[in-house]
Amino acid sequence: MTETVEFRPLPADIGEHELLVNMGPSHPSTHGVLRVVLRVDGETVVDALPDLGFLHRCFEKLAESWTWPQVVPLTDRLDYVSAMTNELAYVIAVEKLAGIEVPERAQVIRVIMAELQRIASHLVWFGSFANDLGATTPFLYAIREREHILDLFEAAAGARLTYSYLRIGGVRNDLPPGFVEKCRDFLRLMPKRLKEYENLLLKNVIFVARTKGVGRLTREQAIAYGCSGPVLRASGVDFDLRRDEPYAAYGRFDIDVPVGTEGDVYDRTVCRFEEMRASLKIIAQALDALEPGETMAKVPRVLKPPAGDVYSRIESPRGEVGVYLVSTGGTGPYRVKWRAPSFVHLESLPLMCRGHYVADVVANIGSIDIILGEVDR
Amino acid sequence: MLADLVGLLQRLWGQLHMAASVSPFWQAVFDVSWGLVKFLLVVLFMILNTLVLVWLERKLSARIQSRLGPMRCGRPHGWLQLIADTFKLLGKEDIIPRAVDKALFIIAPVVVFTSSLLIYVVIPLGPGAIVSDLDVGMVYLAAAASFTVMGVLMAGWGSNSKWSLLGAMRGAAMLVSYEVPMVLAVIAVVMVSGTLSTDGIVRAQSGLWNIVVQPLGFLVFLAALFAELNRVPFDLAEAESELVAGYNVEYSGLRFAFFFLAEYANLLALSAVAVTLYFGGWQGPWLPPFVWFMLKTYAFVILVMWIRWTLPRVRVDQLLSFGWKVLLPAALVNLFATGIYVLWV
Repeated sequence: MTETVEFRPLPADIGEHELLVNMGPSHPSTHGVLRVVLRVDGETVVDALPDLGFLHRCFEKLAESWTWPQVVPLTDRLDYVSAMTNELAYVIAVEKLAGIEVPERAQVIRVIMAELQRIASHLVWFGSFANDLGATTPFLYAIREREHILDLFEAAAGARLTYSYLRIGGVRNDLPPGFVEKCRDFLRLMPKRLKEYENLLLKNVIFVARTKGVGRLTREQAIAYGCSGPVLRASGVDFDLRRDEPYAAYGRFDIDVPVGTEGDVYDRTVCRFEEMRASLKIIAQALDALEPGETMAKVPRVLKPPAGDVYSRIESPRGEVGVYLVSTGGTGPYRVKWRAPSFVHLESLPLMCRGHYVADVVANIGSIDIILGEVDR
Repeated sequence: MLADLVGLLQRLWGQLHMAASVSPFWQAVFDVSWGLVKFLLVVLFMILNTLVLVWLERKLSARIQSRLGPMRCGRPHGWLQLIADTFKLLGKEDIIPRAVDKALFIIAPVVVFTSSLLIYVVIPLGPGAIVSDLDVGMVYLAAAASFTVMGVLMAGWGSNSKWSLLGAMRGAAMLVSYEVPMVLAVIAVVMVSGTLSTDGIVRAQSGLWNIVVQPLGFLVFLAALFAELNRVPFDLAEAESELVAGYNVEYSGLRFAFFFLAEYANLLALSAVAVTLYFGGWQGPWLPPFVWFMLKTYAFVILVMWIRWTLPRVRVDQLLSFGWKVLLPAALVNLFATGIYVLWV
């Protein structure tokens, strides 16, 4: 009666002293339903193979049967920790395809939202990463600060996680009254809190010992493996789409891009951490640049972009989100291809883990900040 | 009226003594049963305190994390929560997975729980208030304290799960690296006090607490204590975010409750040991000895909890090298210095 389920990938050449350990799909530190098959020799990892697909929801296929605007809420559910930037990636691609000119105020609002979202997303990462390393308290602190951002989003979009706030041609509605003031309050509060986190975790001897020299990706490796975002920058590549290929209103602002040198877990941590500071700076500039005006372009009720294809990419908190759209001139996309940074980064996980300890696998997974909703789509 | 009652009890006690002293046999029966009564009292003390500790940890961690902690079940401040917790654990299904080594799996929680219980035997709660003032109290203590790891190993091996095995192996690796410096630190205290008896060590501190004479020894002891207690930053055998729950991952319900209780029982016991060794045990002015003892122990418990909710976890190789390259030399230096101090000062 016993049915044998063959798990793949199952290496046939498992050594005498080696043990095959299944990390996940239900494991507290795989950030969802990632399964990593670990080949361990004692506590040392010989090989780590990520196994994906537990959260596959047919996003790309589903999008083909929906209309252009209907796909926006779907993109929310890919990287659910950073829904705003996902919407932004899709919306910008469609606008490029249909040749829609977005009003300036909407562009600035988009920048504010995307940067707030970046901070919120990095806060979630910060908390769960600390948790992965055994420090439970920073998670609660990070969530406390994220609450301010979610309140702001709720005021603007009415939702706290999946916003559907950005629309093709602009944003759904203008900023609600009081939003700018509350946002400025947050900007005043956050640097103090970041300092606090730094003292609590980043300067901690144990934390430094756990992260320095772990999961190192050289500059060449990071480029070869297609890394992007903080993972790429931690390896010493000074590349940020917001600055180098400006979209929305990013071209108007002064953007700090923190770059690491070692490419280890510690540098990735510091890079993300400094990015939060940089985002605060961008938001402050964007709030100053807000001028009254339209927030929505004239978009036909039934949108039918001309036949053709477009690839557009933006800098999400996790890295480069790329959207490839094919239109046949119909009311919906013919094909949607989503380049998810988490998915690409997972490829470099075995490289980071080999030769290190089991505990480092957890640190590595945390440091590339994967979101499984985006990995599996 | 209270005085009457005390008088009555004293008379009864005297008569019991008289009756017992007529023959060696009855004397033995009396001694054994009196020992048992004392032991049961200590068990009761431990279980009550453990429940308080569980509640305290939840509230304290909540405070540290800017939460409220349990508030609903029992007002004020959720004091009934511990009873609710207990009933929840009692009501859980007792699962014994098919693949486990049944004997080891069943015995392991008992071993862990008992070993933390054993420590209480030699802890002086007040002058004369000790289950058994052994001449070799400290030797017994070191033996009893390291016994916990036996249970951890049994659980890890018996569970027949890879995660538990990793946890148990970590536990064993940790044991060899922290137990030696810990015992060396304790030996230094014994040298200063000139006795192995715990009660004697407390009495020897009537003038000066050992922490003043043994600051380095205390730090070594403190670091080893965290490893012994399996707490952050040295909670490698459990390591929730790495090994899921380590050695106790396959346990549920009452068996898990035993591990859980043992953890807190151990926390209290080792805090009491630390207080006994370094903070003058029950000694202190104005207040009764037992109150002093409890105050100091709880202060120490809170310190341990505070550290747990602040620090991240070290890696297993880091703990081992810390144990051998930092703790052991420090303990040896401390021992050497103590030797000189005892000989010539």
